[in-house]
Amino acid sequence: MSSIAGIAIIARLTLREAVRRRLLWVLVGLTALIVVLTWWAFGRIAEASPITGPVQVLGISQVTVMLAFMFSFILAMTAVFAGSPAIGSDIESGLLLAVLARPIRRSEVLLGRWLGLAVVLVGYALVAGYLELGAVVAATGYVPAEPLVGPIYLAGESLILLTLAIVISTRVASVAGGAIAVVAYGLAWMAGVMGGVGEAFDNNILRSVGVMARLILPSDVLWRGSAGALSPTDNVLTAGGVNANLYRFSPFSGTSPSLPWLAWCVVWIVGALVLGIVLFRNREV
Amino acid sequence: MSGFAIETRELRKEFGRTVALADLTMTVPRGEVFGFLGPNGAGKTTAVKLLLGLTRPSAGQGRVLGAPLGDVATRRRVGYLPELFRYQGWMTAREVLALHCELARLPRSSWPKEIAEALELVGLADRADGRSDTYSKGMQQRLGIGVALLGQPELVVLDEPTSALDPVGRQDVRRIIGALRDRGTTVFLNSHMLTEVERVCDRVAIVDRGRVVAELSMAELTQERGVRLRVIAPDGAALEVAARYGPTRVDGEWLAIDGIADADVPALVRELVASGAAIHAVVPTRQSLEDRFMALLGADGSAGAAAESEAEVDGGSDVGADAAASGSSGSAEVRP
Repeated sequence: MSSIAGIAIIARLTLREAVRRRLLWVLVGLTALIVVLTWWAFGRIAEASPITGPVQVLGISQVTVMLAFMFSFILAMTAVFAGSPAIGSDIESGLLLAVLARPIRRSEVLLGRWLGLAVVLVGYALVAGYLELGAVVAATGYVPAEPLVGPIYLAGESLILLTLAIVISTRVASVAGGAIAVVAYGLAWMAGVMGGVGEAFDNNILRSVGVMARLILPSDVLWRGSAGALSPTDNVLTAGGVNANLYRFSPFSGTSPSLPWLAWCVVWIVGALVLGIVLFRNREV
Repeated sequence: MSGFAIETRELRKEFGRTVALADLTMTVPRGEVFGFLGPNGAGKTTAVKLLLGLTRPSAGQGRVLGAPLGDVATRRRVGYLPELFRYQGWMTAREVLALHCELARLPRSSWPKEIAEALELVGLADRADGRSDTYSKGMQQRLGIGVALLGQPELVVLDEPTSALDPVGRQDVRRIIGALRDRGTTVFLNSHMLTEVERVCDRVAIVDRGRVVAELSMAELTQERGVRLRVIAPDGAALEVAARYGPTRVDGEWLAIDGIADADVPALVRELVASGAAIHAVVPTRQSLEDRFMALLGADGSAGAAAESEAEVDGGSDVGADAAASGSSGSAEVRP
């Protein structure tokens, strides 16, 4: 049984490490830079093509979703590179030997590492996500369908990748583990695109590929949710002469995940953490 | 309460097909400074990890402070310095110690005193607020020893505690171990620095290929005495005289007589001089741990074992020098 106190000790240690080793400050600096650039670039776009009708809205929304895609990529990479050295590197360097000889369980170490990094990532995703969205709204006046939900899905996506990276780190050295997680993320995204094509063209094989990939690694479920939330409403799409159903299957749009898919994301994270604990318990230090 | 700090019975650890520890059966009484010796690859560090619950045995049983191996609560009463020590480089020594106070679940009110005492004991008080990744290896090892002593543990496991230390640091460690013994703390010292072990331990176990091949009391070991003489004799007369006092060996100009009582040495010298021998030096000796170690590990007929143990002894850079020093301690030169 893990104790909350043990998890909290390691989570606090992880947070302090993120602050002291400048991870947090790098993220804050990058966010400030991206927000300013977003505000400036979207201002120039709005100047060149002011929003006067659905077509301009569609154009701005596409750039907004691309911005979100870039941000989701940064978040995914941050999650992978923060998570992949979490356990394996500390075992290899000998850092964990002194810690594990204390009255603390391996499950507490793993969950504490996950919690500490999750706080950093979710905090970063929400603060930076809302600031960037605020810059888009301020510069262009474009308000997506569900502006408040978009960054939450992105934060969820980063949690899934963080979990994946930490589970891998219980068995694989950090660089190799990080590479595996990045490739898995890319494949899941690609399979999601194929699934969208399958939906659009009613192709069962491609549809199944999308579903299988989302079951194995549900990061794309949340990315598509975020892209959908940042797209225009169906009314705007229809007014612009776009088939809203087809549009939402394109790689740079999506729909809010259904409740079962959201539940699967939670179950996946919990299940992956349990697997990580089992792997870590059986790992020689 | 069990009288033993550590009890193991047929403890075995395999990594795949490799047998790291074959059959470890031993007991360490509470309050004793216990040396755990053996050549590289003998299974010493594996044994330590098993005792601390850092790895699970493939077979066998063990108890530490009366609790089964791996018991999490017992770790509150155990301090550990790993062989491969490394602490959070971004933390200061004071912060590392505070972290381990927290990990050991010591009451927060006791932390300042515990930390100050640990820093003082290991001589890091004036560098306590420097980042630990700026420390030399020796300073990091001192920090590791400080970490192991937090919370006055009942059992302290030190895995090669002097490997990175200079002679002053080693003396400090001997002093710390002595203080722990006075406090009644059991110390399990895993080392290949034979003279360090010889100086601080009450008892030693020698392991080879995952088995305890001998357990020795240091008190018994040091009772085994002898004498070495540098003697130039005209014929075999000196050998005849010496042989009457004990088993005799000739090593160049040196004559070694084992098991001779200290009180008989003057009579031996007188008889040798009377027989016409020229005596240039008389050196009382005792059997060192190194002698016994080499005899045990080299005696199984395996050249590999002997070579390995020799490499191990050489590995401790001070061993040769210290052994020579201990061999000549109390020597008196007699000039004819």
